Amino acid sequence: MVEFRLPKNSRIGVGKTFYAPADAKNVKRFKIYRWNPDDNHNPVIDTYEIDLDKVGPMVLDALIYIKNEIDPTLAFRRSCREGICGSCAMNIDGHNTLACLKYIKDIKSDVPIFPLPHMPVVKDLIPDLSGPYAQLREIKPWLKSDTPPPPDSERLQSIEERAKLNGLYECILCFCCSTSCPSYWWNGDQYLGPAILLAAFRWVSDSRDEYAGERLDELEDSMRLYACRTIMNCTQTCPKGLNPAKAIAELKRLQFERKL
Amino acid sequence: MSDMRKTFYVGHTSDGSINERPMSPHLEVYKPYLSMVLSISNRITGAALAGGSTLAVAWLASAAKGPRTFGKVQKVAGSLVGQTVLFGCSSAFFLHFIGGLRHLMWDSCGHRLEKDEINQDSKTAVVATTALTLGLWTIIFGRKLKKKK
Repeated sequence: MVEFRLPKNSRIGVGKTFYAPADAKNVKRFKIYRWNPDDNHNPVIDTYEIDLDKVGPMVLDALIYIKNEIDPTLAFRRSCREGICGSCAMNIDGHNTLACLKYIKDIKSDVPIFPLPHMPVVKDLIPDLSGPYAQLREIKPWLKSDTPPPPDSERLQSIEERAKLNGLYECILCFCCSTSCPSYWWNGDQYLGPAILLAAFRWVSDSRDEYAGERLDELEDSMRLYACRTIMNCTQTCPKGLNPAKAIAELKRLQFERKL
Repeated sequence: MSDMRKTFYVGHTSDGSINERPMSPHLEVYKPYLSMVLSISNRITGAALAGGSTLAVAWLASAAKGPRTFGKVQKVAGSLVGQTVLFGCSSAFFLHFIGGLRHLMWDSCGHRLEKDEINQDSKTAVVATTALTLGLWTIIFGRKLKKKK
């Protein structure tokens, strides 16, 4: 449902400021969304003044510095710190990206950091991704085939067949794209969203999979697939440089072609 | 049907009692891309043009009714307010028309969907809409001035 304003319990207030020590020279302000289920009040923005001479180059370095040195109550997900796990997906300076791949120096002003947009917040920068995960299960993201593999080898692909999966298999399911999409904000209970549709197209494109027809049948739905309005925020924001908008366009084209 | 996602807004405190989770901010924090602005503009201008087309029908209907009614409608259309509305309609038409062409490319053959193409075409769309609108009105005003002479 289209609701431009946040629910009453979600409107954001002003929080605390943690000042930098007086001798800090290279200070940048990080404005971070905070909400704690135990505090019984609305979310706030806390401001942290960081001496950039003391932290690494990435936004994730600053977040880890804050947690280690300034405020251990700050909660966020992180793991690999090199853009392969997808844990530190968040909204930094107005766009969804991975904190570990975002350079602090690329942000000219203060650094605003929010959780992935239009999601239930577990704590601080941690959104509940149960919805997208449930939708991923719905498209059955695994190889479905009735023909058994050859007895003495695995299922082989030609180089051309394998090349069709390039740009699709690299998705790390960080959900930056889905949570950047206004259509997913308003219709995310029914619309599958760019991340899931990219995964669906990955299996439809796999030469070893024998269920492309059934997969397309499942997607032939005014909301599940066609709630994509080609807004393109997904492609603009993907931190891995993938193109979910194009994958969705290809799915729509396949639906059209098989009806000719 | 109510929104199934409400389920995910049930959280709990450290002592286990249930509470309601907040929704993370969306529109108010997301910095718009030009492509995003053009997408919503395409929908708004589409709706506006549907309304605007009733004006065209009124114009034709008045012509069918007779010269007196037609004259009145012509007068309204020629007034400052009328001309402003028509200017708005023409710019909306060009924006929506170019948006429609882009959609035709995207939806029928999957062309121009790479990120740099999207950004390039978005800029072109803005320039083209402005040029076409201003061009049309230069011609209109040019003719008016000629008539006066």
